[in-house]
Amino acid sequence: MRTPGGRSSGECLTRRTALHCLALSMATGMFGEGGPAFATGVDSARPREGDRLVAEDSEGKPKALQLLDIKIGDKPFGAFPFNPADGIKREGSRLNRIILVRFDSSELTPDQLARSADGVFAFSGVCPHRGCDVTEWNDKDRMILCYCHLSQFDPRNQGAVFAGPAPRPLPILPLKSEQSEIVIAGEFSSEPGGAKAID
Amino acid sequence: MKKSSKHLAFGASMLALSILPATAYDSVTDARLASPEPQNWLQFRGNYAGWGYSPLARINAKNVSKLSVAWVYSTGQLEGHQSPPIVNNGLMFVTSPGNQVIALDAKTGAELWRYQHQVPEELMQLHPTNRGVALYGDKVYFGTTDAKLIALDAATGKEAWQVPVADWKSGYYITLAPLAAEGKILVGSSGGELGVRGFVAAFDASTGKEAWRTFTIPAPGEPGGDSWPADSYQRGGGSTWVSGSYDPKTRTTYWGTGNAAPWMPDTRPGDNLYANSVIALDIETGKLKGFHQYHQADAWDWDEVSTPMLIDYQREGKTISGLVHAGRDGYLWLLERKPESIGYVASWPFVRQDVFTSVDPKSGRPTYDPSKTPGTGKTVHFCPSLWGGKDWVPEAYNPQTKLLYVPANNNLCSELTGEKVSYKAGKLYIGVALSNILTNVRMDDKALDHVGEVQAWDLSTGKQVWTHKYKEMNWGPLLTTGGDLVFGGGTNDRKFHAFNAKTGDMLWDFPTNSGVTGVPSTFEIDGEQYVAVQSGWGVDAQRMQGAFDAVLPHKTVVPQGGAIWVFKLPKQG
Repeated sequence: MRTPGGRSSGECLTRRTALHCLALSMATGMFGEGGPAFATGVDSARPREGDRLVAEDSEGKPKALQLLDIKIGDKPFGAFPFNPADGIKREGSRLNRIILVRFDSSELTPDQLARSADGVFAFSGVCPHRGCDVTEWNDKDRMILCYCHLSQFDPRNQGAVFAGPAPRPLPILPLKSEQSEIVIAGEFSSEPGGAKAID
Repeated sequence: MKKSSKHLAFGASMLALSILPATAYDSVTDARLASPEPQNWLQFRGNYAGWGYSPLARINAKNVSKLSVAWVYSTGQLEGHQSPPIVNNGLMFVTSPGNQVIALDAKTGAELWRYQHQVPEELMQLHPTNRGVALYGDKVYFGTTDAKLIALDAATGKEAWQVPVADWKSGYYITLAPLAAEGKILVGSSGGELGVRGFVAAFDASTGKEAWRTFTIPAPGEPGGDSWPADSYQRGGGSTWVSGSYDPKTRTTYWGTGNAAPWMPDTRPGDNLYANSVIALDIETGKLKGFHQYHQADAWDWDEVSTPMLIDYQREGKTISGLVHAGRDGYLWLLERKPESIGYVASWPFVRQDVFTSVDPKSGRPTYDPSKTPGTGKTVHFCPSLWGGKDWVPEAYNPQTKLLYVPANNNLCSELTGEKVSYKAGKLYIGVALSNILTNVRMDDKALDHVGEVQAWDLSTGKQVWTHKYKEMNWGPLLTTGGDLVFGGGTNDRKFHAFNAKTGDMLWDFPTNSGVTGVPSTFEIDGEQYVAVQSGWGVDAQRMQGAFDAVLPHKTVVPQGGAIWVFKLPKQG
């Protein structure tokens, strides 16, 4: 029986062991034991520099998101990272869910602009409170809003908590762009995911 | 090997251990649960009938104004604290958010042990709450937000066993207090908003082996299966997220069921049995013995999960072996427990309700106003709101006053627009935009006058005997006692209140650390009576607060953080 997040997937949760995890997945994939594997075109490693993004509900060969896909003032756009070399989506872990929001770059400071790709910011799409998918937008204050327990995060201030019970900022993921394609420029500022149960 | 690696990843964490003599714990038997001693509070609602009643009377209408703090304990957790302090001869067991069980000396507040269950990192916790433990034999049982049932040794907190009840990755999670009866531990599951298929399941109390599982949503070919199109039953909701009640005489357990999933009824043409119902199950086999569907083809998110109350009431000169429920649909339902079925007796709205145009006097089946029934692509205004006249929050029944006490939200309405939705395991399966749900509340002059109520009803006459009004919401579970008292929190001013059970006069209130959404309990040790409750605002009370903030000119911040409060009378002299 597959236990939820048994030891092996636990080891996949840190960036440092991602390669080991991938190797393990390949091995289990070969023996047909299920779990994330190359064969299924999915992996659980965290997003890394050079990754592209694909809309979360899209199927088949991933189509890299363009700057133009993200509209100013829209609610957060849900996505997953993928490796452009082999097209493998890193959606084996739901903690790799990413949300994108966009501002008019003319109203951003140089620091803010540097974290974005032409005004597009990327954050973890999983609330650091209790792990819900972050999907909503407070248009009045221009804050990212988690519907689940109403935590709000400031996209222009590196995901700082603006309101609600979240204990820490929403992890930010630096972006750049290449030929108007959105490209991941680094790692999450901190580990994505809800508060640990034992605290 | 598998077992040990699972244990490494998910094993128990014993945070404190104090050793009790092995003989100190008073084993909990079927006989004790069936007729609990007045000094104890052995289960979720105090008795199998779901009353929320204690005969204790040392604290009473005459002296409750002197009630004072005996001790306080901080749970260290945020979010909604809903579980009752459950007490067995001086030992208290409380659950909190964070999948935590705490055992305390009920008299002094000294911590005896504390257990926390580690949940998977990828778990999404829509309702990070828990409604309490079950006691049976020498063990303590609780359910977790990753859908496990865990048995602990009551004296030490050491884990005896844990079993997976359902697949958390498909949206199943447990927030209810298990029900213990006849050597079995019964649980249900939350997750209606994630497209689960509801069930009640029984596990052997000593081994954790599954004895039976009865789905609340029948498959094609089973009775009621034709009330669903094609394979929609597999994600049809009907979740069971509050404990059932139990009738030891007939060995029947009664459970309330949640709304059908997804929310819009045009996605699942039919009555959608046995969602929005009460079901009667045989305790030995889980066989469905009867049901009553409060309202068919739900469109309003009106779960009918709160513990069905077994109350014998008078009606037209006859004593009826009754089943009573203050519905989320805003109607007070009087039913009859029969050997192989559930009969309809009477019903009437206890809050403003504009959806039902009539209720069939024989069957109890309501007829709807189509202009008040949401659908896909259709925007509808209706009352009561999606949180209903009363959500999960338990009512209480006092056999001395013969009154039923209902914690209600009156005058409140919602506006919802249905939209297309597709199913994906573990993802929301609602069919209403979250931005709509967050701002669903509509308040007119009546709602601005007041929303929250504590109501007292005479079931034999159908008369509302008294009503206490709160300006804003009421999310306070009720306790009633032989001291002619009703206790409840639920307001956004952090207060815990005591009312005269006969007149409704508020006799005492106390501002706690946070908002009180916990189930109150009472117990007695060494001749002194105590009243206990958890304070800790969160989940749906906070969601309703957010929706109020969206439409009211003012915002209310209710601080979070949980605490167990225990009150008693000051020593005389």
